[in-house]
Amino acid sequence: MTEQVGKEQVKIHVEHLNLFYGSNHALKDVNMDILENKITAFIGPSGCGKSTFLKTLNRMNDLVPNVSIDGTVELDGENIFSPRVDTTLLRKKIGMVFQQPNPFPMSVYDNIAYGPRIHGIRSKVKLDEIVEKSLRSAAIFDEVKDRMKKSALGLSGGQQQRLCIARALAVEPEVLLMDEPTSALDPISTLKIEELMEGLKKDYTVAIVTHNMQQATRIADYTAFFLVGEMVEFGTTEQIFSMPGDKRTEDYITGRFG
Amino acid sequence: MTNSVSIYDKKKRPGDMALLIVIYICAFLAVLLLVGIIGYVVYRGISVVDWQFISTAQSALNETFGILPNIINTLYIIVITLLIATPVGIGSAIYLTEYSKGGRLVRLIEFTTETLSGIPSIIFGLFGMVFFGTVLRLGFSILCGALTLTIMILPIITRTTQEALKTVPESYRTGALGIGATKWYMIRTIILPSAMPGIVTGVILSIGRIVGESAALLFTAGSAFLMPNNWLTHPMTSGGTLTIQMYLSMTKAQYDNAFGIALVLIIIVLGINLLTKLLSRKLDVSRKS
Repeated sequence: MTEQVGKEQVKIHVEHLNLFYGSNHALKDVNMDILENKITAFIGPSGCGKSTFLKTLNRMNDLVPNVSIDGTVELDGENIFSPRVDTTLLRKKIGMVFQQPNPFPMSVYDNIAYGPRIHGIRSKVKLDEIVEKSLRSAAIFDEVKDRMKKSALGLSGGQQQRLCIARALAVEPEVLLMDEPTSALDPISTLKIEELMEGLKKDYTVAIVTHNMQQATRIADYTAFFLVGEMVEFGTTEQIFSMPGDKRTEDYITGRFG
Repeated sequence: MTNSVSIYDKKKRPGDMALLIVIYICAFLAVLLLVGIIGYVVYRGISVVDWQFISTAQSALNETFGILPNIINTLYIIVITLLIATPVGIGSAIYLTEYSKGGRLVRLIEFTTETLSGIPSIIFGLFGMVFFGTVLRLGFSILCGALTLTIMILPIITRTTQEALKTVPESYRTGALGIGATKWYMIRTIILPSAMPGIVTGVILSIGRIVGESAALLFTAGSAFLMPNNWLTHPMTSGGTLTIQMYLSMTKAQYDNAFGIALVLIIIVLGINLLTKLLSRKLDVSRKS
């Protein structure tokens, strides 16, 4: 599984990861290397554990009651489950974009400045700069520049989602986790976000859960296929979709189930 | 195509019609009662309420009647009660909805607060008199009354705040935590502002309870009607609120005075209700554009 890694840098290293919701074994011995400045897609049918896996990477699963996790997830060689980990710092490094756009009920500007303010940035000049830069990176600056002080809830769904991407970028993360970021959006907004992701991988490592296999082939460098909690196969997107090594992967991508 | 029935065959439905009329009558009766009471109070009270009525204390020497001390006492009780009950109530609601992991203890607390809000206020009065008045030696005092009312309205503030917190979308929480906010930072910057309209409504409801309360105050705050001679120590002295004074007037068969006070009370409550609407609209972050 790691032979195709070659000279590329491993950003997140996952080893023997098991996760239980109560007695439900939701992730079974997952091993994976997520490479720096690449887009890695997680595909699989509903309930296969791909979202759970994504949320484990920045410990958002900590919020779920009765969850128990064992195994290792390392970010740049540091174990994210170590008791010494400050989840605030972890989530600053590993940002997240959710399935449903979730702007906060405040102005566009305050939405973007929210993260930097958590991390202690108070200077107006600095915040202005971060807000503009983040909005530009998320390709939404031109659409909102005249309504910075207005509520973000007035934006369209697609704009809200790009705003949420900008909000995640504003804390200058190293990794961006995206949980089906386009499944609630129309095709045009989806295209905009896909185009945006292509540009993001220059500066960030991206992991994305998607229901849409075409989306995976369009944007992802690597793809992992999940099935009932197991990571069945992981490789370059090309390899997974053109010559899958596992019968189950082949059945899924050719549309025989799922 | 086969067996087709025209859609033009509109029928009269007498049963529906009858029910509609009954509902209209019910609504009319409810409104009529309310308007009737307010109208009668205004009619009886308006001739009594003048500048002297609301700006002086009653004087046996001049044989005049005024309710200024009662207005002041009412304000004292409102302010002191809210100063204690609001932070405690909001704090406990935050604990219950945001921090506690659910379970038995929380259900017990929720059950207790619900029960507390249904208890007749005279029982709070009895408890307040014995505990705050006698055990804590506060005697008949505004402070004693305010503490008693604090216990009475705590459940209201806690429950309404809890409900308000529960309506804040889960996505705000995950969103905030997802970019590294600590729990308290998230509560302070997102959850509380979003819940603010609901919280304010709870507080104003409580003010309504306080203004309207008499049974719990009669034996705690007492019924004195003197102007405060020291604003700072005034809470340590006995002081009757408007409702208490109204009760006293009624026991002395001074119905005109009672109606005058009733009118003042209605105006205050009306003012508070308008204020609530205004405030919660102003504080509603989700509607700001």
